[in-house]
Amino acid sequence: MTRERSSLGKDLVGLEPLDGDQIRSILDTAEPFKEISERTIKKVPVLRGKTIVNLFFEASTRTRVSFEFAEKRLSADTVNISATASSVSKGETLVDTARNLEAMRIDMVVIRHWASGAARFLAERIPSTVINAGDGAHEHPTQGLLDLLTLRDHFGKIEGLKVCIVGDIVHSRVARSNIFGLLKLGAQVAVCGPPTLLPRGIERLGVERFVRLEEAIQWADALNVLRLQLERMEGGFVPSLREYNRVYGVSTRRLEAAPRELLILHPGPMNRGVEIDSDVADGDHSVVLRQVTNGVAVRMAVLYLLSGGDPASAEAAKGGQE
Amino acid sequence: MTARWTEGPDSVAVAPRPLVIRGGRVLDPSRGLDAVLDVLLVGGSVAELGSGLTAPDGADVRDASGLIVTPGLIDVHVHLREPGAEHKETIESGARAAAAGGFTAVCAMPNTDPVIDDPAAVGFVLAAGRRAGAARVYPVGAISSGQNGQRLTPVGELVDAGAVAITDDGNPVMDSGLMRRALEYASAFGIPVSDHPEDLGLSRGGVMNEGVVSTRLGLRGKPNAAEDVHIVRDLLVAEETGGHIHIQHVSTRYGVDAIRRAKARGVRVTAEVTPHHLILTEEAVEGYRTEAKMNPPLRTQEDVDAVRAGLVDGTLDTLATDHAPHHYDEKERAFDDAPNGIVGLETSLGLVLTELVGRGVMDITTAIHRMSTGPAQAMGLPGGTLAVGSPADVTLIDPKRAWTVDPAAFLSKSANTPFGGWELTGGPAATIVGGRVVWEWGP
Ligand SMILES: [Zn+2]
Repeated sequence: MTRERSSLGKDLVGLEPLDGDQIRSILDTAEPFKEISERTIKKVPVLRGKTIVNLFFEASTRTRVSFEFAEKRLSADTVNISATASSVSKGETLVDTARNLEAMRIDMVVIRHWASGAARFLAERIPSTVINAGDGAHEHPTQGLLDLLTLRDHFGKIEGLKVCIVGDIVHSRVARSNIFGLLKLGAQVAVCGPPTLLPRGIERLGVERFVRLEEAIQWADALNVLRLQLERMEGGFVPSLREYNRVYGVSTRRLEAAPRELLILHPGPMNRGVEIDSDVADGDHSVVLRQVTNGVAVRMAVLYLLSGGDPASAEAAKGGQE
Repeated sequence: MTARWTEGPDSVAVAPRPLVIRGGRVLDPSRGLDAVLDVLLVGGSVAELGSGLTAPDGADVRDASGLIVTPGLIDVHVHLREPGAEHKETIESGARAAAAGGFTAVCAMPNTDPVIDDPAAVGFVLAAGRRAGAARVYPVGAISSGQNGQRLTPVGELVDAGAVAITDDGNPVMDSGLMRRALEYASAFGIPVSDHPEDLGLSRGGVMNEGVVSTRLGLRGKPNAAEDVHIVRDLLVAEETGGHIHIQHVSTRYGVDAIRRAKARGVRVTAEVTPHHLILTEEAVEGYRTEAKMNPPLRTQEDVDAVRAGLVDGTLDTLATDHAPHHYDEKERAFDDAPNGIVGLETSLGLVLTELVGRGVMDITTAIHRMSTGPAQAMGLPGGTLAVGSPADVTLIDPKRAWTVDPAAFLSKSANTPFGGWELTGGPAATIVGGRVVWEWGP
């Protein structure tokens, strides 16, 4: 398989390995792709003839559908493989999968897996381009990128912004990708949540740490509110959903205390009435639908750049309609 | 099993011919001896040390000039996987790997399938070890039947059958009441109770050290406190009962400190540390390297410094590899899914000589003490000395040999090591068990 070297390297396993310029180039490349989704014929021939496998070891309708839209709008041939726990035995699957994919000469693999490091594991073992669509509690780089794009759309720039990620940081790949991406673009980052859900040593990544939402609201320009996985109750991390909502739920009443208007992001799917109240989720400051739209554009940009596309000619590339 | 094997390697077929080891630097930490001497081994025992010894009739003579002659090295913590997981290691391959690492004796952990929890199982390990004709294999029995943490094994019968200690290693003893009974009961037989210190509540879900690296990688961590709490519990129960507790693979700074203070109070505690906890930090996990996944996990530099200091001052009595073979396919997995442990028998001496002695962390006498005299005394095993009349278990060490760790060349059936490709200086030259050369270096 011959493939020209992309400006991002062979794979996208996370935002941590990228530098600020590479991240900015993805966001810039996403700009022209936003417009394709508004057309009647939402298709350009950028990835014609390329095969992409969407390999999901964990159910995720949102991310999979977003990738699929991005792939189809770039005219790639796509195959979805869902290998959730029941259908495959844990353990050998990852390495067996790698061997099978290698044999099939796939151009790109989009992988979602429950184990941290799974995307990198695959990337190191196959010549195809690997895109991490979320690995365990490690990274979810395209989510981080779409959050960055949404923040940049709203504020005009990332540098100097104060962004607080709220909720279950320990188990969140979204949190890590946001932290790495935001810091590389010059934002100030904080995390806020019950201390049981804030990982040890998080400050050493260069972020502020708040244990009360009131403090975060005083500090931040934007809150990125994470979904609380319901199984955290069983793990004893949080006593009850009601208490979580009472102490950490983002509500209109709480936001009224903010010294400035806060932008509210949420990677979805939302637990309304748990980490976020409906009036906030559907309110003026919420950009959750904007995030969904940006998700497709950012993923198109990533696919385009990893296939060797030139960031400077993205505008021209999307020019011709099919 | 034929009768001729049942007496051990010292008596296989015919007794070995007398052996003179000539002109080596004899370093016997049990007696503070460090001098160029000849050593005569006769009939499976050390017969004489001196200059210019005359070789008896029919003796083999081995030139040891430029080599260091030490009491046979002993590893009190190895997993030989047989019975039950012979694809990882067998007692034979493990005993041969031990000999190739300069070890003349190893203590085999009982967490096999089935568990070594009855006298027949102990006998099986002992016999298979003798049949291997390499390093001596001392069986360690389980504390609880099936290692399920409930009912005490028949310790007296296990000891009669040849067990040298009891442990539930692989699992910690979480029930403090069971630990109390084990320490009390085992004291009647003069054997230590060896424990893997880990509070399972505090370590739940963890796959590496808890800290900035686990946070960055998105892996669940085990805090130092999981080990510390359990060490302190063991020390208190040992103090209460007067029993002999042996703390396995100490990896934390607080753990070392707690053991040091307990020793000062007169608690009967011995402790071990692995080469990897002396040399590597949690950073080795970067890139989700499963060959750096072990339990206890690799910790921080502060912990490394503390276990080094503990080994130097004798708080930690012995180096032990926790040799834990796993098949390639078992480690070729996502980090969360890979089993804990690394092989250590064939790299231990070279690592100690290069990374600890070579870098001035400790002198060679201390290093050899912690690998021979220290383990023999901690576990109450024969050997660990070259005193006349002691077993003719001797390791010849070449302090100058430069070599590269090549896992593919291991005699162990497994190659799971984070030290592959490391360039080391110094290693075993020959391993002598019961007066017989069972392994020697040959390029
Ligand atoms: Zn252990």
